[in-house]
Amino acid sequence: MIRLEELSFHYPSKPLIFERFSLEIGGGEAWAVLGPSGCGKSTLLYLAAGLRAPTAGRVWVNGAILERPRPSTGLILQDFGLLPWATVEENVRLGFKIRDFYGPDGKHAPETTPPAVMDERVRFWIERLGLEPVRGQYPGQLSGGQRQRTAIARTLVLNPDLLLMDEPFASLDAPTRENLQKIVLQLRQESSLTSVIVTHSIEEAAVLGQKILILRNRTNRSAEVVDNPEAGGQGYADSEGYRRICSQLREILGETA
Amino acid sequence: MKRSHTFWALLALMGAWQALAMVIQRPILPSPVVVLGVFFAEIFGELGGHFLASLWRVTASMVISILLAAPAGLALGQSQRLNQIFAPVIYLLYPIPKVVFVPIVALFLGINDLSKIVMIFLILFFQILVLVRDQAEGIRPELVYSVRSLGAGRRALFRFVYWPASLPAVLTAVRQSIGTAVAVLYVVELVATSRGLGYYIYIHGSTFMDYSKMYAGVLAMSLLGLGLYFLADVLHRRLCPWQFIR
Repeated sequence: MIRLEELSFHYPSKPLIFERFSLEIGGGEAWAVLGPSGCGKSTLLYLAAGLRAPTAGRVWVNGAILERPRPSTGLILQDFGLLPWATVEENVRLGFKIRDFYGPDGKHAPETTPPAVMDERVRFWIERLGLEPVRGQYPGQLSGGQRQRTAIARTLVLNPDLLLMDEPFASLDAPTRENLQKIVLQLRQESSLTSVIVTHSIEEAAVLGQKILILRNRTNRSAEVVDNPEAGGQGYADSEGYRRICSQLREILGETA
Repeated sequence: MKRSHTFWALLALMGAWQALAMVIQRPILPSPVVVLGVFFAEIFGELGGHFLASLWRVTASMVISILLAAPAGLALGQSQRLNQIFAPVIYLLYPIPKVVFVPIVALFLGINDLSKIVMIFLILFFQILVLVRDQAEGIRPELVYSVRSLGAGRRALFRFVYWPASLPAVLTAVRQSIGTAVAVLYVVELVATSRGLGYYIYIHGSTFMDYSKMYAGVLAMSLLGLGLYFLADVLHRRLCPWQFIR
């Protein structure tokens, strides 16, 4: 699904974050990217989203070299991703509006969706994520959890095949965070969605990532991956395996501290 | 602030005026009853014509300033390079009281409608430009990223992010500068013209010594400023409802 090929990247007049870094993420896999702040995990996500261009090397998504954001990649950020001047429903509909704005040019929009299907999907995701009572409200009136559910609905309404999340639940309280993690797990079980979540939380990486990529606070040259195949299963967060992975991750990250 | 409060404030001001007129008892301060009588008699006649002339000048300059300053502000706010070039110029020009340009504009453009419109335009243009630029500059990169990830290119970003984000800035700038715009309108209408409320006030106050007409003119000019202010306020609430919800 995603292939990073000999990828190098640095911000202007900053040291290299990635140098000849290669990684393959298969279709339907659930990945977590874990590391200290400043290690480049968000940058990796933006590269995979087509929002930043690599300094050298290539990013392939679904067999094509990525040059701009793909219409069927969904991106969910920690905060500030919603239009403050649009209601929940208008925010959820935004992707369709943008597609309508361009028409089916194959570049910004894959296909036009008939208005009836659009309405149907917007309604479905608003209901599914429990946003019905706040559909007419503005982001400023919502709780953090409702805002993130709106962001999730806005992405899923477009039927993405790849879901990229940048610390999506970092600013939420624990019960809300667990509730949203459950939603993400459910969605993954229902579809063949490939997902990559960037997080600084060891527990979150262990709950959501069947493969966990560790990034370091120096130039990353090779992919260090911890397998966690049980992730996402029923009651996994209470299991021995989960605790083992957590302490393993703690140990790995502790080395760099 | 409730509408009824505004109404009571208006009534209190009228009462104070009436009381003052009764104390002073001179033709230089007629009572509001007299002035309102003259105002309503004149507004459908001579005063109405002058009112329309002033309204036209201030509206035309407002429309032109919005049309030019809003896109320019958006462009500057979006492009660091453009802003680097123009920021120092704007920094120098912005705080200059534009009214000092009246004689210069009159020298270059003559003493016609155009020079009056250009004067008011100069004031509004910089206000709108600076506010819109700062607004566009302050848009969070996360917002731009997430909308781009939904497929938006430059044009769609303008339509769905930059424009709606700047609309409140345009309306705020207009509202903030209406007072100054009408003040400058008065000044430019004192000079070599025979149309407009400034002229009407001046001629009745100094040449004809018809003070109730002069006051009717002052009232008309106040209503012009107030009306435009209300209009900008109503538009702001209508077009940017998210800013008024708590």
